[in-house]
Amino acid sequence: MTVGKKLWIIILIKLFIMFAVLKIFFFPDILKVNFKDDKERGDYVIEQLSKPR
Amino acid sequence: MFENIDTSLVDWSRGQFALTAMYHWIFVPLTLGLSFIIAIMESLYVKTGQEEWKKITKFWMTLFGINFAIGVATGIILEFEFGTNWSNYSWFVGDIFGAPLAIEGIMAFFLESTFIAVMFFGWNKVSRKFHLVSTWLVAFGANLSALWILVANAWMQNPVGMHFNPDTARNEMLNFWEVLLSPVAISKFIHTITSGYVLAAIFVIGISSWYLLRSRENLLAKRSILIAAVFGILSSVMLIFSGDGSARQIAHIQPMKFAALEGLYNGQEGAGLVAIGVMATAPGDTNSRNVKDFTFSLEIPNFLSYMAYGKFDAFVPGVNDLVDGNPQRGIMSVAEKMERGRFARESLALLKNARDNGDSATYNQIKARFSDDTFKENYFRYFGYGFLDNPESVIPNVPVAFYSFHIMVGLGFYFALLMIFVLYYLYKDKLENKRFLLRLSVFTIPLAYIASQAGWVLAEMGRQPWVIQDLLPTMAAISHINTTTVQITFWLFAVLFTALLIAELSIMFKQIKIGPK
Repeated sequence: MTVGKKLWIIILIKLFIMFAVLKIFFFPDILKVNFKDDKERGDYVIEQLSKPR
Repeated sequence: MFENIDTSLVDWSRGQFALTAMYHWIFVPLTLGLSFIIAIMESLYVKTGQEEWKKITKFWMTLFGINFAIGVATGIILEFEFGTNWSNYSWFVGDIFGAPLAIEGIMAFFLESTFIAVMFFGWNKVSRKFHLVSTWLVAFGANLSALWILVANAWMQNPVGMHFNPDTARNEMLNFWEVLLSPVAISKFIHTITSGYVLAAIFVIGISSWYLLRSRENLLAKRSILIAAVFGILSSVMLIFSGDGSARQIAHIQPMKFAALEGLYNGQEGAGLVAIGVMATAPGDTNSRNVKDFTFSLEIPNFLSYMAYGKFDAFVPGVNDLVDGNPQRGIMSVAEKMERGRFARESLALLKNARDNGDSATYNQIKARFSDDTFKENYFRYFGYGFLDNPESVIPNVPVAFYSFHIMVGLGFYFALLMIFVLYYLYKDKLENKRFLLRLSVFTIPLAYIASQAGWVLAEMGRQPWVIQDLLPTMAAISHINTTTVQITFWLFAVLFTALLIAELSIMFKQIKIGPK
């Protein structure tokens, strides 16, 4: 197998693992998934940042 | 909220980010530097018309291609992590971080990717000059990509050009040019890309030396060493100057990092620079600061003061001055900053309550506070301190900062010296006989990667506990997700990246053994 072919195979496997496995199953955008709009997201983060210790 | 934070979640999230960033950085610096070395070689081919230069260019292009193919898109994982593990941070930084990353993706990466196709597949399909222009554009595109990422990182070290919107809890960009042209961003960009150039030069010299040791590909090896050594020495000069500039900026903007990288606990006038030192727990240390002392050190008198402030007798604050404060020197204590930070956080809570309860009078009063320059300068500036438990928590890991700094600087000077010797013996036509120097050049390749990683360890661990200097500590930046999920993905990444590294090394070694075609 030529080096070019090997590299293409590695690139495709890598991209598949990253986008079809890791991104979908392990890396949701937490704020996008859990809140419906920017106002809710902002309120959540303000709560996180301002609650007294 | 934060008293319930699982510290292991913070640690695993940090560990995961460090793992992915460090693995990603294995591939990047070689791309940054080797792309220019190849462009210079191809320029010589186009200028002279000698087929040997084409052969040399194509050989290094193959190694560049292996590194690029294995490393490409590994940085995207970091962006996945921003959304999942660092959601508070991602929201808080707003478009300031998003804008440079978007420009990087749209402009620089596409420029690089488009012309890389011409560079690899365009031989004999496009004119020599068009091919050469493509190769140069790949080099500029790769370095332009780095610019935007480093601008974003520089903003985290020195947040400028923005305004905090208390209604959305996001920072909004006020001045794009202030963000782009911040002195920290410029120094960081020059220092980082030139470190990549030196690494690439060492890589080319090391592999060429391997050929000379085996009496193979002599012409390719000598010509490659000539280009790489000249390129590497010139880059080293820029690296040293930009490093000096960076150190001065750190002394002003991140004085705690500066004190840590020199292991300076008590501030001094005319402070000496520890050139070499071994740290150990100080014998009399009974407080929580875990003070380290030098069991051995070689010091250049007054030089730290000069490095930081341009004067040999200037006062350099130590860790203790910065924690306890030093009124005589105009240094505020961390305890005072914590009070001010708490006030800023309470103001944010009051504003939200007033808004939620429809209390427009209070809302307007507090809202005006966030636009007031006195409040911004004296309170919001210390927002992040409001999260801290005790003043000592602003102290980074001093030995890590000290050793990473000294390893980086020591190796940087060693590389410059090595390249000067190699170039000298090449000029004298005696390099093939200097077998020790050739072997040393081969064994220096991994040292270039260690120096490069040490620089990032200093930059990122030296600024702890901050993810955004003085505004957001790491513990407040993370998402509240299950620690087990972070642990699982940590190991998944460890396996994936290790597999990629093994693939890179095995394919690279094989191609080097085969040599040019």
